Amino acid sequence: MTMQPILTQHVREPNSFTLDFYLRHQGYEGLKKALALPPNDIIEMVKQSGLRGRGGAGFPTGMKWQFVLKDTPKPKYIACNADESEPGTFKDHVLMERNPHLLIEGCAIACYAIGAKVAYIYIRGEFYHVQLALERALDEAYAAGWLGKNIQGSGFDCDVYVHRGAGAYEAGEETALLESLEGKRAQPRIKPPFPAVAGLYGCPTAVNNVETLCNVPLIVKNGAEWFTALGPEKNGGPKLYCISGHVARPGVYETSMSTTMKDLVFGADFAQGMANGRRLKAVIPGGSSVPILLPDQLDVPASFDGIQKAGSLLGSAGAIVMDDTTCMVWLAENLLHFYQHESCGKCTPCREGTDWLLKILRRIERGEGEMRDLDLLQSVADNINGKTLCAFGDAAATPVLTTLKHFRHEFEAHVREGGCPLHAGWRRRGTAAAAH
Amino acid sequence: MSFHPKMPYGTGWHRSERKLAELGPEFAYTPENQARFDAIVKRYPPEHRRSAILPALHLVQAQQGYITGHAMTFVAGQIGCTPADVEDVVSYYTMFFTQPVGTYVLYVCRTLSCALCGAERLTEALEEKLGIRAGQTDATGTFTLLEVECLGACDRAPVVMVNDEWHECARPEDAAALVDALRERGTAALTGCHLCVERRNGQ
Ligand SMILES: Cc1cc2nc3c(=O)[nH]c(=O)nc-3n(C[C@H](O)[C@H](O)[C@H](O)COP(=O)(O)O)c2cc1C
Ligand code: SF4
Ligand code: FES
Repeated sequence: MTMQPILTQHVREPNSFTLDFYLRHQGYEGLKKALALPPNDIIEMVKQSGLRGRGGAGFPTGMKWQFVLKDTPKPKYIACNADESEPGTFKDHVLMERNPHLLIEGCAIACYAIGAKVAYIYIRGEFYHVQLALERALDEAYAAGWLGKNIQGSGFDCDVYVHRGAGAYEAGEETALLESLEGKRAQPRIKPPFPAVAGLYGCPTAVNNVETLCNVPLIVKNGAEWFTALGPEKNGGPKLYCISGHVARPGVYETSMSTTMKDLVFGADFAQGMANGRRLKAVIPGGSSVPILLPDQLDVPASFDGIQKAGSLLGSAGAIVMDDTTCMVWLAENLLHFYQHESCGKCTPCREGTDWLLKILRRIERGEGEMRDLDLLQSVADNINGKTLCAFGDAAATPVLTTLKHFRHEFEAHVREGGCPLHAGWRRRGTAAAAH
Repeated sequence: MSFHPKMPYGTGWHRSERKLAELGPEFAYTPENQARFDAIVKRYPPEHRRSAILPALHLVQAQQGYITGHAMTFVAGQIGCTPADVEDVVSYYTMFFTQPVGTYVLYVCRTLSCALCGAERLTEALEEKLGIRAGQTDATGTFTLLEVECLGACDRAPVVMVNDEWHECARPEDAAALVDALRERGTAALTGCHLCVERRNGQ
């Protein structure tokens, strides 16, 4: 099933990012409508819509807002998560670059709903060109009275600022993001207390992903029922999918969550199947942190619940597609390099474990592994999984656990044959050992 | 970097590692950067000036190319925190340099989607052309080559960031030409982000 794009309807048109363009396409009507309603009605509406967080966990946004402490003399904050660092994920920057006013409108409505006056958009440091686009849009919004004091004569004040990170995947974790916003290392906090109670500067805060906030103006404008009707039960609304890897047409695709994963990979409207006519080997459906799906597991709706039933997670909806030239030991090594590098170092199982996993994987890939290394991998991964301060630990263990589960024979072949039997032409010429 | 006794040290960099920065030359913002900083710091509640550390450091790096001990002390003075607080931040984030780097810093994405599309070969080709290994700066101080993790543009793999700008779909066979073009035309040689419809249409 296909759906007309909504969030990304105009992104390929010239000047789609300007205020003029946005206003010509019913821009800021959601905010206008919201400001005429009591804040609680907005929260209720978002709850009714069933909007689930697009950042990774799929937690209902309305509920998150409802948890934000009401009776407190402290200021409240919206923190928009624009860190977009999950490997395989590249959707939020499309929205920010080509439809920034939608995000700004979403931030303003979110502030109004929870009683905040300031929203910070935390953007990853590598997105400097995106930041410039956002800041240009913010200037326009301020000048036209869609932000600032007494917005459109409503008496509501709201400021939105962009805050630039400086290279740290872990800054995407919500409490680490808040630490980073406070000018510290991006290392997570112990939860509880949750940000809704004690977030930025110890004040009640809602942390929401860019795509999540971009859905809010649509819900306010078109109603909760319209939103739910766009997708399967509990998985309503438009969804952005990022498809990369060995596909013919990688890119960002917007569709309903009733679309199947198989369609996203092979459909004519989507990634159009494998590049170079190769055979599909595996798909990681939700960014690098989730379990692998095999080709025969793809005929399921690419919804939060559908992918979970298939044995993986939708995560950030970043599908990475691999063809049959891909060595799964190499894949685990590549991803563990990522996790070893990005571990924030705050808790032991993750800081030490990712180092060990990478070392063992390198040894096996190089052909110096032994059969008992497979059990060692399993054991180290098991000792990270579920035993860390933040969900990064589980994410780091996953590539090892999932490749061992589905492709144990490839690990064994490396040990038996003393090297990688599947050294594809797109890899380093030397052995993997030459990589640092 | 592991703290485990059986883990050999010196195998690479990790953000939990502590390296003292060199003091370097005296540092102060240019008047323009001072004005920028003064405007940015107002975005945060007055009792939370510390939030402005990251923007303050981005300004330092834009002005001086890298961040020295003197610059950290200067930022601490601007913020009202200790130099150690600043150093703590500098040493954590990968985009901050405490050593001089080349005029062009090439950040080649090495993570899965880019690697599947030839990023390893791209790095090899750049190493060959520049005569350096990833992590090094060439003798003329023009290029620094770095391997980095996912840049969030995986559909246009392999992706290279050059300073703050993007170059997409960087094929290994075009690596040498890219280096030459950068030498000749600077960052105008880059493709930029594919979403800049206007730039492509020459508007
Ligand atoms: C290690 C780690 C990295 C994360 N990175 C991101 C990210 O880059 N962008 C994002 O929106 N959420 C990220 N998240 C999820 C956030 O913690 C949080 O759940 C999300 O911002 C909540 O917003 P949502 O409810 O709108 O999805 C990450 C989580 C973890 C554990
Ligand atoms: S699990 Fe890893 S990233 Fe998360 S707090 Fe522990 S060390 Fe840091
Ligand atoms: S893997 Fe290279 S940009 Fe994402």
